[in-house]
Amino acid sequence: MMLNVDLDRIKSRYINARKDVDRRIIVCAGTGCLANGSGKIYELLVELQKEKGIAVDVRLKPEEDSPSVLVSGSGCQGFCQVGPLVTIEPDGIMYAHVKPDDVEEIVERTIIKNEIIERLLYTDPATKSKCRGQDEIPFYSKQQRTVLKSCGNCDPDDINEYIASDGYEAARRAYIEMTPEQICSEMKNSGLRGRGGGGFPTGRKWELALAQKEEKKYIICNGDEGDPGAFMDRSILEGNPHSVVEGMLIAARATGSDEGYIYVRTEYPLAVERIRKAIQDAEETGILGSSLFGTDSSLKLHVMEGAGAFVCGEASAMVSSIMGNRGMPRPKPPRTAEKGLWDKPTIVNNVETLAAVPLIILGGSELYSRTGTENSPGTKTFALTGHVANTGLIEVPFGTTLRQIIFDIGGGVINDKGELDNSDFKAVQIGGPSGGCLTEEHLDIPLDFDSLGKAGAMVGSGGLVVMNKSTCMVQIARFFMEFTQHESCGKCVPCREGTRQMLELLDDVIEGRGTEETLSLLEDLSRTVSTASLCGLGKSAPSPVLSTLKQFRDEYLSHVVDKKCPTGNCSALAVYRIDAGKCRGCTLCARKCPVGAVSGEKKEVHVIDESLCIKCGACVEACKFNAVGVV
Amino acid sequence: MSNGWVTVNNERIPIEGEKNLLEIIRKAGIELPTFCYHSELSIYGACRLCIVEVEGRGIMASCSTPPRDGMKIKTSTRKLRETRKMTMELLLANHEMNCPSCPKEGSCKLQSIASSLGVSDVRFRKTREKMEIDTGSPSLVRDPNKCILCGDCVRYCSEIQGIGAIDFAYRGEDVRVTPAFNKSLSQVDCVNCGQCAAVCPTGAIVPRSEINEVWEHLENEDCFTAVQIAPAIRTALGEMFGLPGEDVTGRIVSALKKLGFDRVYSTAFGADLTVMEETNEFLERKRNNGKLPLFTSCCPGWVKFAEQSYPELLENLSTCMSPQAMTGSIGRKILEDDKAVDGRKIKMVSVMPCTAKKFEKGRDELKTGGNPIIDNVLTTQELGKMIMQAGIQFAELRPSSMDLPMSSGSGAGTVFGKSGGVSEAVIRYAASEAGVKLTEENIAVEKLEGNPGIKVMTVSLGEEVYKICTVQGIKNADIVARSASEGKCTYDIVEVMACPGGCIGGAGQPVDSEGVNRAKRAEALEKIDRKEPVRNTAENPFIDPVYKKYLGGKAGSREAHDLLHTTYSSRKRIQSSEYDLIKPDDEMALEVKVCVGTSCFLRGSQSILSGVIEATEEDFKGRVSVKASFCREKCDRGPTVVVRNRTLHRTNTDEVLSEIRNALS
Repeated sequence: MMLNVDLDRIKSRYINARKDVDRRIIVCAGTGCLANGSGKIYELLVELQKEKGIAVDVRLKPEEDSPSVLVSGSGCQGFCQVGPLVTIEPDGIMYAHVKPDDVEEIVERTIIKNEIIERLLYTDPATKSKCRGQDEIPFYSKQQRTVLKSCGNCDPDDINEYIASDGYEAARRAYIEMTPEQICSEMKNSGLRGRGGGGFPTGRKWELALAQKEEKKYIICNGDEGDPGAFMDRSILEGNPHSVVEGMLIAARATGSDEGYIYVRTEYPLAVERIRKAIQDAEETGILGSSLFGTDSSLKLHVMEGAGAFVCGEASAMVSSIMGNRGMPRPKPPRTAEKGLWDKPTIVNNVETLAAVPLIILGGSELYSRTGTENSPGTKTFALTGHVANTGLIEVPFGTTLRQIIFDIGGGVINDKGELDNSDFKAVQIGGPSGGCLTEEHLDIPLDFDSLGKAGAMVGSGGLVVMNKSTCMVQIARFFMEFTQHESCGKCVPCREGTRQMLELLDDVIEGRGTEETLSLLEDLSRTVSTASLCGLGKSAPSPVLSTLKQFRDEYLSHVVDKKCPTGNCSALAVYRIDAGKCRGCTLCARKCPVGAVSGEKKEVHVIDESLCIKCGACVEACKFNAVGVV
Repeated sequence: MSNGWVTVNNERIPIEGEKNLLEIIRKAGIELPTFCYHSELSIYGACRLCIVEVEGRGIMASCSTPPRDGMKIKTSTRKLRETRKMTMELLLANHEMNCPSCPKEGSCKLQSIASSLGVSDVRFRKTREKMEIDTGSPSLVRDPNKCILCGDCVRYCSEIQGIGAIDFAYRGEDVRVTPAFNKSLSQVDCVNCGQCAAVCPTGAIVPRSEINEVWEHLENEDCFTAVQIAPAIRTALGEMFGLPGEDVTGRIVSALKKLGFDRVYSTAFGADLTVMEETNEFLERKRNNGKLPLFTSCCPGWVKFAEQSYPELLENLSTCMSPQAMTGSIGRKILEDDKAVDGRKIKMVSVMPCTAKKFEKGRDELKTGGNPIIDNVLTTQELGKMIMQAGIQFAELRPSSMDLPMSSGSGAGTVFGKSGGVSEAVIRYAASEAGVKLTEENIAVEKLEGNPGIKVMTVSLGEEVYKICTVQGIKNADIVARSASEGKCTYDIVEVMACPGGCIGGAGQPVDSEGVNRAKRAEALEKIDRKEPVRNTAENPFIDPVYKKYLGGKAGSREAHDLLHTTYSSRKRIQSSEYDLIKPDDEMALEVKVCVGTSCFLRGSQSILSGVIEATEEDFKGRVSVKASFCREKCDRGPTVVVRNRTLHRTNTDEVLSEIRNALS
């Protein structure tokens, strides 16, 4: 039996060993960079340095001499767009778009000769200047990375490094110096709200769980992140899995649980692997298991891979799924906090929430609540994508405005031609399939749980999709609708049938069958689905439709009244015309048309028969004189 | 005692232990529409029609909201009405709407709720493609195109019957209720009790109709048609003709004669035969230290369950045929002597409250010379429909009586129709045989806490004390069977009925999805019993002559065994359980079967299989055939390989190959 693990000793041994390391090369090993070949870069960095006689290693072993160069793979460094990323410390250099072919040069010039390779540095698209490291890159410098801080600059597979940076110190305090009540009250004072979407105060949730008189209680870490384009939880699990384990240790202490599940989508194999290793290492180090920190508490953690159903992010569906049943939500009450896994009180917290817990216990609630807004303290991670210059994973304090996120961190809006053009901003979709679209008028609202709710969107899990003026908002609504109707578990009528019919109605709009009645039926149906659905998935499914209908009603109207898509995205509504002034009568378009809709004599102006045209665009492509166009 | 008050549309209603608002609202005299709320099943909350407005909390489903003191709810605001109506439209958009030709026409809840909500127009399109109708089961027809996914059937099958033959599969709009791997109900562990159909609000699961076949027999001049009617239908058929809770036996007989049946018999007579045979079997087992407890075998749902889940208990099952089969079997004998048959082909039809009887009639064990004893089984519902089809004014019929000698059973035979009836009949008969007068003092009823589905009686008959257990529902049967299988069961007789309340709650009865009529049907049966001049099987005046003429003079005789007893067989095997891997060149080839079931696979049967295939191709070509087979039920002794007739357990490749060589030489 392991008694009172000596964190201080592990920490000092690691720091001592680290002193002798001259350089640390961190290769991003997040899913994005790995997909772009960072695994090969990592291997080559080790191999080539060895060949050149440099003392290189991938892990510090306190009992051996330290290498002069330590090469580590890290979790996601956030700026996936310019990956694979290689960071070199203590020089503070960050190389972007690194390819395996560049490795030799990096070793030769940067490691051996201490030179900077200019061409591998990131170029700020706004100023066209080269940036040496994260400090100079606006994408990073405008963020406030706290939860994500260690994602990207530590080795997620090395528990010693985590401990060396005060890891598990918060858990130790929670077990040795604090009562469960004190932890709950500290969490309440911090004002931390659940990052999974609902924003329920975490301290309050724990307090309710603590008050449950059952002997057996469970905790669940909700890592079933399923919003299209969202990858915050994945990055934390991949980049700093120990922070989640530590958060669960503290949650278990605060609520009186002794068993927990980490529910991760099976589509996140790397996250699964890393969290499994983290649990194993924590058990072997004596941090996780029985007699936690010398007390009589124990905690057993399991990793459960979800089979990829979005609805399993809903607590009761997740509980059902963990128990081996079909992942379907059930009516509440009772809430899972009263009757969850095997009818025992079960506390469900999101990955990002749990990762923030050690920070609060360590730094104190007062310090934590100084960041963010009054009702939404702390920082929030977002997955920034779409028509912005810089896409990736970001973290900002609550209260930051969309303008700061899109234009400062995101580097501005990209137009249809791929150029930076801030005037081309149209809308931003926040909160994924449950969220809504915000426009120009919302750019200066300080973002938090309440302000977003009022504006018709939601924090949700934190997806942020920026759209320029070439985006058809009906298509956007349809995209999210298709997602939710596919992910509906099919249990309750409004969600199962309603989302499907909403999709039909949106298709009617997009394909030119819609009328104004279609829009009013769509609105009525949206209200029925959100009023009558059983769980949050259905209740919030109409949000993207309702918010686009509200913000962009004119765009819907032109689809159904004028039968035109203002952005030209809806091909069924496009009308192809030949410009008589430009047509030379070469007959090429007529020959290419698969349905014979183009007619005209040789060397005479051709015309398109709209009733025959299937809007395939073959004529546009065929014309050498730019005479065919969409009106 | 009241735990506070809830205001329902300005009316104060006390909370008296109700678990949800729906019950309170019903108490206020308001019926909210719902498909998925069923008092016997768990709360599901999926149809979203029972929504109400709760002051301060908004719109909520009343079925899953517990009442709290001071709650103010409204049940019919404009928003609620519109939301319900639209929800209903959503359901109807994808419902197969061939209503006039649907078997559920007239008793369809979807139809009645849609009409009560005032749905006049469906503004949505059909989005789902037509799915295949499952007609594989002899008892039930499943039409997924009519399913509204309320899940009542799924929960009934798993929560009450403990079987889980059907469940949800897929998600979103693709969700459907289906047996595993989209198989037919006939290929899975369905016991044909049909309670899924009984709770189904639409025509998505219905009893399989045999009406047309019966019409054909009736119209065929070369057929002599005899029909038997089960006790439970006598007090239920009236429900279809505005006579609920009435004994309509005489009218049924008249109707059957009008339909053209040549003979009308009572299944209660068969039940009396069952009492004779089963009591005799029991007493014999008791005397000779035979297998006990004796499980009854009247209920075909239970029999199939025992065959598939408890093959080790099959010897405990009474060898008596069910009353339906006994009536049919003896009926055929009697008709052999009936001059009226005049060489015509006898068609035996029975009217049963039960869908599993349709399955039972096809059992191989119940065939004589390859022909089934019973040709067709009509449910109570089907008989009602035939009466309607023929335009017979049922309520106005004058009663007639059934045909001798199976014109009636004793009161004991009649109470077979309700749970506990078989036990009661046996006790009455055993008491009379023992010369003991039955009073309340002889019978002590123990109540098992919290489970009304299992009752235990201790009956003292002179020196002998018998412990009798009556069970309703397969899930409860499973509990008792498990304890018997583990040798822990101390009962002498266990009566099992798969349906709630016994046969009166059968799935072939008139539609009664909430089970409100069951009590009335049982009461009416008890009334018949009380009025019956002959209450004990022993006093049925026709039993003795029938025994003398056809059954060797006494219960348990060889003749009785030939005509009234049957056998059972284990169904624990996977269907189509063998795959040819190397087909035999000629019939003389040595057959080798390697079990590839889970247990044997985990113990290495796969490598034995490859070894055998390889050796066959090299050395024994043409002389050996190789098959992959499934479970031989000796999982603890795997891997199991059969070489011709010899079964090798815990075997390995070398042993199998040497056995093959031996067998070939």
